[in-house]
Order: sequence, then structure tokens, then C-alpha cells
Amino acid sequence: MSTTTTRKRKQEAVRQTRAARPKKIKSKDSWSIGDRIGVGLAWFFGLMLCLVAAAITLYMAWKGVSFVNWEIISTSPEASLEQSKTGGFLDPIIGTVLLTVIGAAIATPIGVAIAIWLTEYGRPAPLARFVEAGIEVIVGAPSIVLAIFGLLVFQQGFLSPFSFTAEGGAVFGRSFFAAGAVMSLIALPFVVGGTREALNSIPRHVREASYALGKDQASTIRRVLLPSSRSGIATGSTLGMAQIAGDTAVVVVLLGASLQISPEGDIPGLDVLKGTGSTLTSFVFQNSPAGEGNAPDKAYAAAFVLLLLVILLNLIVNLVTRKGKQVWG
Amino acid sequence: MDEQYLGIFDESEQASKEEHPTNRRVELMLGALASLVLVFIAGMVIFVFLKGLPSLTGNGISWFGGGGNVDEQLTNIFNSPAEPENYVYELSAFPLLWSTFLISFIAVCFATVISIFSSIFIVEFAPRPLERILEPVVKFLAAIPSVIYGLLGVLVLVPWINDTLITEEMRVSVRYVIQLDGTSVLAGVIILTIMILPIMIAIITDSLRAVPQVWREGALALGVNRWRALRTVSLRAIRPAIVAAAVLATARALGEAIMLAMVTGSIGFAPNPFDGFLFFLEPSRPLAATIIDGAEGLSVEPFGQTMYAFAFILIVSTGLLSFAGWAARKSLSRYSIGAK
Amino acid sequence: MGVRPDHQQPEVASNGTLPHAVPPLRRIVVGGEVPPIRVGDEYGNGSSAQVPEQPAPVPEDQFGPEWYHECMRTESLSISFGEKVAVKEVSLQVNAGQVLALIGPSGCGKTTLLRSMNKLVDLTPTARRTGRILLDGENIDLFDDTQLRKRVGMLFQQPNPFPMSIFDNIAYGLRERGSKRPRKKVLEPIVVDALKRAGLWDEVGDNLDHPALSLSGGQQQRLCIARSLAVTPEVLLLDEPCSALDPISTAIIEETVVQLKDDMAIVIVTHNLQQAARVADQVAFMYLGDLVEYGSADQIFNDPMAERTKDYVRGDFG
Repeated sequence: MSTTTTRKRKQEAVRQTRAARPKKIKSKDSWSIGDRIGVGLAWFFGLMLCLVAAAITLYMAWKGVSFVNWEIISTSPEASLEQSKTGGFLDPIIGTVLLTVIGAAIATPIGVAIAIWLTEYGRPAPLARFVEAGIEVIVGAPSIVLAIFGLLVFQQGFLSPFSFTAEGGAVFGRSFFAAGAVMSLIALPFVVGGTREALNSIPRHVREASYALGKDQASTIRRVLLPSSRSGIATGSTLGMAQIAGDTAVVVVLLGASLQISPEGDIPGLDVLKGTGSTLTSFVFQNSPAGEGNAPDKAYAAAFVLLLLVILLNLIVNLVTRKGKQVWG
Repeated sequence: MDEQYLGIFDESEQASKEEHPTNRRVELMLGALASLVLVFIAGMVIFVFLKGLPSLTGNGISWFGGGGNVDEQLTNIFNSPAEPENYVYELSAFPLLWSTFLISFIAVCFATVISIFSSIFIVEFAPRPLERILEPVVKFLAAIPSVIYGLLGVLVLVPWINDTLITEEMRVSVRYVIQLDGTSVLAGVIILTIMILPIMIAIITDSLRAVPQVWREGALALGVNRWRALRTVSLRAIRPAIVAAAVLATARALGEAIMLAMVTGSIGFAPNPFDGFLFFLEPSRPLAATIIDGAEGLSVEPFGQTMYAFAFILIVSTGLLSFAGWAARKSLSRYSIGAK
Repeated sequence: MGVRPDHQQPEVASNGTLPHAVPPLRRIVVGGEVPPIRVGDEYGNGSSAQVPEQPAPVPEDQFGPEWYHECMRTESLSISFGEKVAVKEVSLQVNAGQVLALIGPSGCGKTTLLRSMNKLVDLTPTARRTGRILLDGENIDLFDDTQLRKRVGMLFQQPNPFPMSIFDNIAYGLRERGSKRPRKKVLEPIVVDALKRAGLWDEVGDNLDHPALSLSGGQQQRLCIARSLAVTPEVLLLDEPCSALDPISTAIIEETVVQLKDDMAIVIVTHNLQQAARVADQVAFMYLGDLVEYGSADQIFNDPMAERTKDYVRGDFG
């Protein structure tokens, strides 16, 4: 047989096989209209979620990059009728950093203590459940309510050293101290959560080994458990810091409304804490159409810096949690 | 104590826990600190209540009623004469309460529907690469501070509503009552929905993933398509988790002050649902936002007391909701259709 | 369903020969020893054929005249999960009116094979399948998953009734198929019939609104059988259905299986050799993904061909 004939036969065979292969039967009637609408909506909302997030990111990035420059970040804001003379937002940046640090510094020891009590002791049990519920209530409490309660507390006479007292005896009640104290409340549940998770992930045999060596519970906690929980505590604190940095209500109520950091009193260092100031969040609020200022570009710039800060803190948390999976063996 | 022979570990564990006085002291100290949390919450509720009491008693039940112009009343309160006997407390807070309820309720309804569909997408239908970016996307949305949401709202959404959705005739029709400028219920609801979505999506995706695989396989093995299997078996199974998510989202929505203050307008006004679509476009101002707006006047006695009365309503409602949500999630995890 | 003889099994005579009236049994021997076919003149042409070591793709005529109506068939089916090959080139046949038991030690691929028959194995993202599976002569890859699964039902190792009432569980497959939801009156007789065939009617017939999860393990598994029966499948796949149950429930279910095979083909995966001996008509023995031997139950248990089968059936490994 010649090769052409063989080839033709082969081609014919292939064509016949292809023709003979039946088309895939896609049965449409097992998916009713309702089902298809359902799947369609699932896709729609899923994609919309991504779109909204992308839109927010891109828009903020665009606005931020257009308005942020070195000058803005490094100059203090001035009150002025002329837009060009209103300066930058250095003080608010310092204010944010200061409040975040104060808040976390207060919240961390207290939060760790509470978490230790909840996981390692926790007696009597009903009390522990109530404390857990209490932490949840704090998480759910609107920060504006925590803020005005804080104001109530710090306006009491015995707390006057923490802020400034006007003539006539009225305690101002607004200062970095006051705001920092209330901010620590906001960060507290996160520190408690992070520490508890870390402590709970330490297996029982580690504790038993320590007891078998004759150490009592308190030393076990101090020497063995706490050092191993460091990453969990750090995670909790960082999350708490992100929450503090993003909060506006507490700042508006408890930090006074001074554009610049206005120290109070004569002791250096302490005077800043007793004094008033502003943060990135209150700065954005004031400069938006909702506040007094009419400087949307400054607001965008400050918002961009704030967003970067918060994202950075969250990223740190993610990296630490992914790295810090300790192996207990 | 030699009644029982405990194993070696038990013995030393007991010894370390009970017989060491330092341990006992530490335990008591830490316990006292933890109980401070409860003391604090109790104190907060009590003191806010006491501080706000005069406003409530000064009005009686009509505090919750409507009829007056809330903003006028608040101004009058602010301008009360200085003597305590002459303080003005008159307030009919209904417009504020109605606004709070309306905005939160509508936002939670939207968010529930959207979060269910989004969670279904994430868990079942999303292709792998999309699924992997959706998790950080949700976390990102949750991390954005509310003031930034407010800024975007007031600088982007509100002008858009003003220019695109509000027509001239609408403005004319309500001219004598209210001014329409884009700050509105709609803007508040849209952004509030976006803000509470991450909470709900996190809880619902967790509980969808916790539905036993065997049910899903059993449904599929009967020839039921993926969507039906999800809807009839998984969604039914996670109903309690959806409720818990909605409760927690409501607590969040009620407490949102800053964003809503920026975006819903500074007018204490109760939009009338019978106005039709127009009602979404009218400005309003919920309780939390009212407190923010009045933050400077807190030192003026009767005004401050009124604000504290608002805060009391807020803390009680969010406290109850948060507690209910937490209790629901704890009971869910017992049945292992978990909402962590 | 085709014509079926009144007697159940072709008898293997004591000298190892088969009566001529009986069609040759399909047999593939892979791996292990390659024994000559002792039954001799199978093809009636005077030679005793040596079965080749490597299984060739199955040509049509080797299946011979259909005594039992063939329901499903796999042809050189291989399934792998990423690097690991779970099922290697398996070809076997499932006949209507018969129970096929897949036996073998753990991890030999029998469950994977079973799950590929209703495409459930495709749910695992790393699964890859080559070869063909035919249902009534049609390649199952050509139809929609949901269509296939309505014709090929499955029962799982752990009873998995939905958190609904008994009635709703059984009616589930019928309600959730497409847009028209049948009314309860229409569903009732089907549900009752399914319950009767599953042997559960006597126990729960008085209250069908009882939650399904309140039943005992054995009852739940029978409920799952009823649930699968309600959609009238042609083939029923059972994945170790009794492994989580007590002996009494096991006995009831085995009885039910034997009764059910009149209406459909049944494939049962089991690691319990006695159970396979009790219920099976055909048996396929798998080892590490290979189909080592496939034949009638009588032949596999009493007179297996391959060494490995002999060892397994004797209990030397398991």
C-alpha cells in the first residue's frame, strides 16, 4: 500500500472517530433559575468586595501621593485663615505615636495579668466567665461612650494632677494622660486575647515538667510560660496599637482640641502628658467638611499617613503570627 | 494529707498550687486585677447613668417621644441659665433614636445578605487565587479606621449623592422642612454596611467551613447541585452563627460615631419612610454621632447630662448585644458549628 | 435489566472445570504470580490461553454474551492524587442484579475506585483520572455530575443524615432537583416505599417528622439507604456501610442489601471478608492500587487464582 493511501485512511479514521464522539451532554435542568441567580449573586458580591477594597486603596494612594510631601510631615500645624500658612501635621503625627505608646504601655501589663489569671488560675469559675464576658462588653462598647466616661472620671478633683485645672477649680480633664488611659481600655481586649491564645497553645506537659522540678505555679508562669508567650503578647499589643491609632472619638473628647501639642505645667516630659494636642485622626476629622477646616488635601494627606501606619501594624502582626508557630515537641 | 495517693505530677502540682504562700498571693492579686474589669464596667454603667439621670427624670417618658425639633431643644439646653434650678432639660429624643435604629437596622440587613453571598463565594465558588486574596481583602477592610471611611464618604460619596441622586424637585418638595445636601441616611447606610461586612464575613466563613463535610458529600451524592446543597444543608446548619454575626454587627453599628457624624449630616431629623425614596436622601443623625457633635459642650451642665443620658442608652444596648453575641458564639462552638 | 437464569451462580465443578453453558468470567491478573487458567478450554478452541501479564485495554468481545445486564464498567481506570497513584489501570464490570464486593487491605484504593464511580473523587483538587468509566455504555464524563449522581447513588461509612426530619431527609433528593418542588402528597408514597425497601418502615413509620439525628446508628444508616433509594438509582455504591455499626444493625443492612440487588447493581467496599462472603456475587480483590483478581464470590473465596488473593483470603495479612 502506498503511503498516501495509508495516510488518507488514517485521516478518515480520525475524522470518523471525531464525528462519532458524542457532544458532552450538559444537563441544564438540574440548575433552576433560582440556583443560577444564587450563584450569580455570590460571584457578584465576592467580586464587588474586591473592587471596593481596590477602589479604596487606589483612591487613597492617589490622593495621598499627590498631597503628601516632606514639608507637610515635618511642620507643625498653625491656626491661620490663610490656607497656605496652615502648616503641616507634625504635631498630630507625634500625638498619634505618643497616644499609641502610652495606651499600649498601660494595656500590656494589665492585659497580660488578666490573661494569666484567666488561663492559669481562673477560680472561682463563674467569676472567670464573668470577666470573659466583661472583656467582650468592653470590645463592644462604643469608644465614644468610653471616652465620655473617661472624661467624667478625669474631671474629678483627685485626678487633677493628670490634666489642667482652670481657675474656679474646674478640672479640664483632657490630656494625653486621660486619653492614654482610655485608649488602654481599647487595646486591653486585644492584649488579653493574644496572651490567652499564646498561653493556651503551650501544652500541659511543659507546666507539669516545671512542677515536677519543684517550682510553684507563680514561678512557672514567670520563668517558663511568659517568655514563651512573648510573640502572642506582642501580637496582641500590636493589634491594640492599631486600634488606638485608628480611633477618633476618644481623641476628640479627651485630648482637647489644640492643633499643636500644648504642654501644661513645668516638668519637662510630664508637661506634654498633662497637656493637650491632636492626633492624625482628629486632624483628619477637623480638616474635613465635617470639622472646621476646609483643607481636604491636608485631610487626605493625613489620612494616607494614618492608613499606612495602621496597615503596617497589621502586617507586622501577620508576619509575626506566621513565623512564630513554636514547636513544642 | 495522705488520704489519697496522687500520681507524682499531681502531687507536685497540688503542692505548687496550694501550699506556697507566694503563689496564693499572686493568684489573689491577679484575680483582684481581673475583677477590676467587672468593677470598671459596673462603675461605668452606674456613673454614666447617674450623670445622665437628670435629663431622663426631667422629661419622664416623653424623653423617648417625638414632636419637637431636637436641635432646637438641644440648643436651648445648652443655653440654659446658670442656676441649677433653672436648667432646661426638655428633650424629645425620638428623631435621634429613630435615626439610630433606622441606619443600623438597614445596614445590618444589607450586610447580612451581602456577607452570606460573599462567604458562600469565598468558601465554595471562588477559584483558588481569588480565594487566597479575599482573606487579606476582608482583613484590610476591617482595619481601615472609621475616620478614613468618613473622609471618603464625605468627600466622595456625599457629593456624588448630591449631584446625581438628588434632583431639583426633591429639594423643592422638602424645602420648608429640611435642606438636602447629600449628607444622608443613604450615605451612612452604604458606608456602615461596608464597615460591618468584615465582622460578619469572618464569622460566617468560619462556620461554613465547620459544617461537617459528610453532609455536603451526602447531598452531592444524591445528585443535588452545589448551590442547592449549600443552601439547603449548610446555610440551614449555620443559622445560629448568622444570628450571632448579625448581633455583633448591630452592636458595632450602634456605636459608630465618627463616620456617621461626618456623613449623615448634623441635623437631628427623623426621616419619614412614607416619603418614598426621598427618605433615604434626607440627613439625619444617630445618637453616637450626636454625642460627638456635642463633645465640646460637655462641660455645660444640663447639656452634658443630656449627652450622658444618650451614652447610657448606647452602653446598655450595645452591652446587651455584645453579651448576647458572645454567649451565642460560645454555645455554637460547643456544637462545633463554630463561630470562633 | 437483561435475562437472568434462575440459578444464582455458575457452579465450579470439583475438578476445576466450568460447565460450558456458562460464559467465561472476565479475569485479569496483575502483578504477583501469573497462574495459567486451570479451567482449561474456556474459549472452546482447544487451547488454554495464557492471560497476558499486562492488562490490555479491554476489547469488546472479551466480555462475552451478557448473562447479567452490565450496568457500569471501568476501562483501564487510573486515579492519582498528585504524585501518589491510588488506582492503577483497573478494568471491571458491575452487573445489574448482582452485588460486587471490593475487598483488600487498607489503602489499596478500593474506596477511591468507588468514589470515582459517582465522580465524588473529582471533588479533591489534586485528583487526576485516566481511563473510562461507562454507565450503560455511555462515558460518564459526558454527563453533568448531578445527572450521574442521580443514577449512581452512594452510602458512606459514617451515617450522615441531614439535620432534618426523617421525611425531609428521604424527600431531599427529590425536592432539590430543579425548579419544580413536588408536593408532599406526591412525595409521600415514594418516601414510604423507600422506607419499606430499606427495612426501616416498621420502626419509624408512625412518626416521619421525628428528627433524623435522634435515630440510632443502624437506623440512621438505613435512613441513608432509604434516602438514596428515593431517587431510584441504577447503581448503589456502599462505602464500608457497616463499619461504624453494631452486629445486629450490620446483619439487618446486609439483609437489606441482598434484597435490594434485585432492582439495581450494588458495589460494596468492605474490609470484612465474612461480610463479603455473605452478600457478594462478584468479588474484586485489590492490592496497593492494582486489581489483583476479579471473579465470582465462590471462586475467590474457595479457590482463588493469585497467591496474594489466597494469602489475603486466608487472613495472612489484612
